[in-house]
Amino acid sequence: MEYLVIALVLLVLLGFVATKGRRGRVPAAEVVQEVAAPSAVPARIAEEVGDFAAKEPSYAGSLSRSRGPFSQLFARIRGVGEVDAVAAQVEETLILADLGPALAEAISGDLRRSLGGKSLDSESVRQALATELKARFLEADRTLDYGDHKPGVVLFVGVNGTGKTTTIGKLAAHLAGEGVKVTVAAGDTFRAAATEQVSAWADQAGVDLVSGQAGADPASVIYDAIEHAAAIGSDVVLCDTAGRLQNKGNLMDELRKIRRVAEKGAGAVTEVLLVIDATTGQNGLAQARAFGEAVSVTGVVLTKLDGSSKGGVAVAIESTLGLPVKLVGLGEGIGALRAFDVDAFVDGLLGENG
Amino acid sequence: MFESLGGRLEGALSRIRGKSRLTQADVEETLIEIRRALLDADVNLAVVDSVAERVRAAAVGAMASPSLTPGQQVVKAVHDELIRVLGQETFRIRYAPAPPTVVLLAGLQGSGKTTAAGKLALHFKTAGRLPMLVAADLQRPGAVLQLEVLGKQIAVPVFSEATDPVKVATRGVAEARRLGRDVVIVDTAGRLAIDEPLMAEMAAINDAITPDYRFLVIDAMIGQDSVEIARRFDAELEISGVILTKLDGDARGGAALSVKEVVGKPVAFASVGEKLEDFEPFYPDRMASRILGMGDVLSLIERAESTMDQEVAQRGADRLKEGKFDLEDFLDQLRQVRRMGPLKGVLSMLPGVPKELRNQDIDEAEIDRVEAIISSMTPTERRNPTLIDFSRRTRIAAGSGTSPTDVQVLLKKFKEMSKMMRQIGVGPKSATRKRAASGRKRRKR
Repeated sequence: MEYLVIALVLLVLLGFVATKGRRGRVPAAEVVQEVAAPSAVPARIAEEVGDFAAKEPSYAGSLSRSRGPFSQLFARIRGVGEVDAVAAQVEETLILADLGPALAEAISGDLRRSLGGKSLDSESVRQALATELKARFLEADRTLDYGDHKPGVVLFVGVNGTGKTTTIGKLAAHLAGEGVKVTVAAGDTFRAAATEQVSAWADQAGVDLVSGQAGADPASVIYDAIEHAAAIGSDVVLCDTAGRLQNKGNLMDELRKIRRVAEKGAGAVTEVLLVIDATTGQNGLAQARAFGEAVSVTGVVLTKLDGSSKGGVAVAIESTLGLPVKLVGLGEGIGALRAFDVDAFVDGLLGENG
Repeated sequence: MFESLGGRLEGALSRIRGKSRLTQADVEETLIEIRRALLDADVNLAVVDSVAERVRAAAVGAMASPSLTPGQQVVKAVHDELIRVLGQETFRIRYAPAPPTVVLLAGLQGSGKTTAAGKLALHFKTAGRLPMLVAADLQRPGAVLQLEVLGKQIAVPVFSEATDPVKVATRGVAEARRLGRDVVIVDTAGRLAIDEPLMAEMAAINDAITPDYRFLVIDAMIGQDSVEIARRFDAELEISGVILTKLDGDARGGAALSVKEVVGKPVAFASVGEKLEDFEPFYPDRMASRILGMGDVLSLIERAESTMDQEVAQRGADRLKEGKFDLEDFLDQLRQVRRMGPLKGVLSMLPGVPKELRNQDIDEAEIDRVEAIISSMTPTERRNPTLIDFSRRTRIAAGSGTSPTDVQVLLKKFKEMSKMMRQIGVGPKSATRKRAASGRKRRKR
């Protein structure tokens, strides 16, 4: 107990710094009501959303931009005969792909062992590395669970700007196309025009949308959406939430409340998906930990894989925290949101041949 | 959570700190640790390697000088190196002699351009300028409306029209000139650095409005790709600098270091909170401290601000200063602190906490017991713990489901801590007394 008391009193000193007062969120609130939406904008939005629907990328195509360091790696290996040098280069490449130093070291260590005594041409290294990488993923069921009791509730959570709203829009369109009856809950009542953004997507997908006033309690907007979905017989409710940084205690509390309240509705929360941007570095692990603790995340959505980023932090999240990647965003089109496929991801990243 | 670089260095150096001489093996071990810690902070690998090389040189120098504390020299070398890379100077805006000063914002999707545009506008407005916002992001649904809402909140006009981005930008700047606005901030759609058509569109906007400043907006959480992205935007736009967003998160922000070192462009502004006024010029020295781990104090302050009740915190601080901090105050503050999350997490963010203490496992159930014990005291007992005799102690133990010994230990520790608080200068009178006392002791010897 000795350390405990020392610790507590140290913390009491914190009182000194907390004089600026409680910091809550100041929502866009009524202002949205005052700004008359410029008449040209909705048409424009519809047009843009329409454009998105046309493109249908593949894993290999989208990841071709991410492949750079790996291609260079395999090109370099041609001139290297020594296993330690190869392993060191693999480690560097994995670090550049955002897998993080610890995982990169572990994988290159395993690779060194599995390559021992074998010929070191780029193809054998590529295959061995592919095997090692694939082995880091879970043998998990990656399909989204909507449960047996209608409606299944899916919460989308994550830090700001990862693509939650866009993912919901695309998933709604995709599910609607399969004949699933979808309700979208516009639970981001904080960011200015977030509701308008998600409603443009819902219109495009032709699905039902429940929204509240800007600045409304997000938990109650989501609760209302679930009740409404149950009343009209929707199969699934996709719930948007405002982006929040995982170190903001009060905002994480708000998210806990959203989950609690969502459980009280007519349906059941069947998935809580953490949306992570593929450009994210090692902070992605901190995000997965914090959101996982707060709202029991069930899976990861890895977005924006069509850039030059590799999304390696998702590998680290899956292998160290056991959270399966369930969906990936391979591009801007509605068809670019895909079920995650470990083999296609790893092969796309490493290239078909060196 | 990642342990801070500062903390990890401390770990790596604890073995060698006492040594008067560093061996080659000591240096290598330390360098590996430094390298890992920088990589965990998302500093680009190429930059990590060059930093490590220069630290190695410094460490080898330290090996050669047995008269100094070599461990400290290595730490100093790392700090100096971070400062050197980040640069010393804070970015300054020079307003165009013939207004308006035109500012173009570009970046990836979701990096925070629209919000940064609003914040930058408020920044200029606070500096006495007449800013105007131009909504040239016609890509993302709702982006124009978002900027209009932000403009309304800070009473800054927003120009937009449903044409195309180049036209919107050009006409927006012309409109600002006509209205006599002296700073124009042009928000653009998020785009991938590798998307050639969209990068060409960006270049066309750039050519059309010839901005005075072209800022790349980068998310502080970005990983190794920061350098490649900055390079490509720089090749297309010749960026003036970077706006680092979401720095109020717990990402270490290694991107700032990487972009400055590899692309040679400084971070000009940082976005440090959700409110529109949470935006400031970027201070390189603070960033160095953040990457080294001292920046945790800032996130701690942030968290304290967002969860603590101001009045209760102020009352606690006042009572401490007056040297009247009793168990009643302790209970108040304890409840406040617990709102910030698990105690171990909070404690690990405090600077200068001894390692033994930081690594101490703190059982939250034990804190529940502390709370229960104090709650079981009467207010009078909390104000004046000396009243607590054997029978009171038994009652408190029974009431809190603990043993009389637990109660005794808590009271004893609280007393010792209160004394220590006064000694370290919280209570001014006793602090002087302590200094005098120890001075006398030394003279005696």
